[in-house]
Amino acid sequence: MTSLAQDESRLVVPPTPAPAADEVPLEELRIVPARHPGRWVATGVVLLLLAMVVSSLVTNARWEWDLVARYLTWPSVVQGAWATVRLTAVASVVGFALGTVLALMRLSRSPLLQAVSWTYTWVFRSVPLLLQLLLWYNLAYLYPYLSLGVPFGPELLYFDTLSLVDKFWAAILGLGLSQAAYSAEIVRAGILSVDQGQQEAAASLGIPRRRQVTRIILPQAMRSIVPTAVNEVIGLLKGTSIVYVLAYGELFYIVSVIMGRNGRIVPLLLVASIWYLVLTTLITVVQYYVERHYAKGAVRTLPPTPLQRARWTLLVAASRLSGRPLPASVPPAYAARARVGVLVRTARTERTAGTERTARTEHTGGAA
Amino acid sequence: MTAVQEARPRGLVEVHGVHKSYGTLEVLRDVSLTVEPGSVTVVLGPSGSGKSTLLRAVNHLEKVDKGFISVDGELVGYVRRGGTLRELKEREILRQRTRIGFVFQSFNLFPHLTALENVVEAPVSAQGRPRSEVEPEARELLARVGLADKADVRPRQLSGGQQQRVAIARALALKPSVLLFDEPTSALDPELVGEVLDVIKDVARTGTTLVVVTHEIGFAREVADTVVFMDGGVVVEQGPPSQVLDDPQHDRTRAFLQKVL
Repeated sequence: MTSLAQDESRLVVPPTPAPAADEVPLEELRIVPARHPGRWVATGVVLLLLAMVVSSLVTNARWEWDLVARYLTWPSVVQGAWATVRLTAVASVVGFALGTVLALMRLSRSPLLQAVSWTYTWVFRSVPLLLQLLLWYNLAYLYPYLSLGVPFGPELLYFDTLSLVDKFWAAILGLGLSQAAYSAEIVRAGILSVDQGQQEAAASLGIPRRRQVTRIILPQAMRSIVPTAVNEVIGLLKGTSIVYVLAYGELFYIVSVIMGRNGRIVPLLLVASIWYLVLTTLITVVQYYVERHYAKGAVRTLPPTPLQRARWTLLVAASRLSGRPLPASVPPAYAARARVGVLVRTARTERTAGTERTARTEHTGGAA
Repeated sequence: MTAVQEARPRGLVEVHGVHKSYGTLEVLRDVSLTVEPGSVTVVLGPSGSGKSTLLRAVNHLEKVDKGFISVDGELVGYVRRGGTLRELKEREILRQRTRIGFVFQSFNLFPHLTALENVVEAPVSAQGRPRSEVEPEARELLARVGLADKADVRPRQLSGGQQQRVAIARALALKPSVLLFDEPTSALDPELVGEVLDVIKDVARTGTTLVVVTHEIGFAREVADTVVFMDGGVVVEQGPPSQVLDDPQHDRTRAFLQKVL
């Protein structure tokens, strides 16, 4: 540093003698980012472990990746995945629609509705899903025919239970109705998490009861409902594999049929795993945006989307490499990273160019 | 319905012998009070004296155990049918509330809605008025409380004083004949109190009946027609500010004023 100071005094027109180190104004000082040697060691260890895993995945022939790749897009497997998606979607809708109704019943002032809701939750949470599925599938034994009509009076429409409740609908009834019991509690918790003052304010404004729920309470409750609800949907997605007891052609059933035929158990299990992984990832992405939507008003600035973050990181990197100033659209938190980068560069230029003045020109703007 | 609107309710509030208990704690004991139409009444008193409960009872946010409250001669929460009093259905109570505005200590703005949406919500959903008609009015109201430029901002991005001003605009949007303020400035930083009080003073000039629970003695002196001092669930004394504030007749009033002045 002393030699640099001397350099400067020699090269740059020196109206005053070189200032001592503690006389340099703060804003002209170089910022040295904090060093984290522990982080580097940890990164090294993790990278090493990762390399070992990857190498074993590649070199161990028993994974049979060629087989995995072949079966991943096998028509019946894709159909099975589609069936899984359908089961999940319909059961989620049934579960959360009924669950919301149950939650509102539970929170209503009518003791009867409260009791009905409580009993429903009690029964459907207590009986194992597997049993429920089998019971629904055997509905035709209990009631061979279903009919629509006046209670205890004439019947208007008849249905053959077996044709009405096929495997798909037995699965939907089993999954959806039991899901409703869990969703009811999630929705109820969400509603309870909304400040009591919100309902009071809505009531004091004379807003009708239903509108209070749909416009004021539920949108705010969604913020705490969504993360747990998505957990449930993901659980349901994987839980649909239990439907294989009904021999319904969802992903896991199809895969187990194929592996029973050809005996390549591990590769086919991998195929199913990869599909579940992909589907779960899609749900997670949707979750991110749904959460972001309901965060409006709860946070002052919305967190950036992954796309925004990627774009800003690229812009920052570009600016660091080219030395051009950042576009104004990049938020200050990201722009700060670029500045640290430029300052580090400044330090290097200093060493090579020899004068602080040139370095500083570079720092103040690539326009020069 | 039109007849009611033509004979515009003026905002007469009558409280007769009201009792209210929470469990064994009696918070209101035989409170009677008449608030003249278009007047400004400031309710003072130590915390726990029952001021807020009284205010909430006027809006039927609290059900009283005994006694009656009426606004413009119409009982709040009940209707007289010959020799019986029938409890009103929730829908009816909600309709009554549209004529009684309420401003909360903690604002209670809807955080997921913009300032404008907060103001527009009740006239549209409670009074069934067309949004196209309500929106310009709502913008006007926001301008009146000095927040024309904040119409599309959500409450969290506003300061406490601004939030409370939006809350006042929201209450005014229903064109109530009575406006109740429950410690409107108690949750505010000292330097924000003035802007909210200014808005309340402005509203007072429009002839709407105001009942304000507050600790701002200066405000009471300047704006109130009547000052009501409450303690221990009863009205200790009431009268014009010159009397109650400057020449209190009761020891409890004197002791309270000494503490807050």
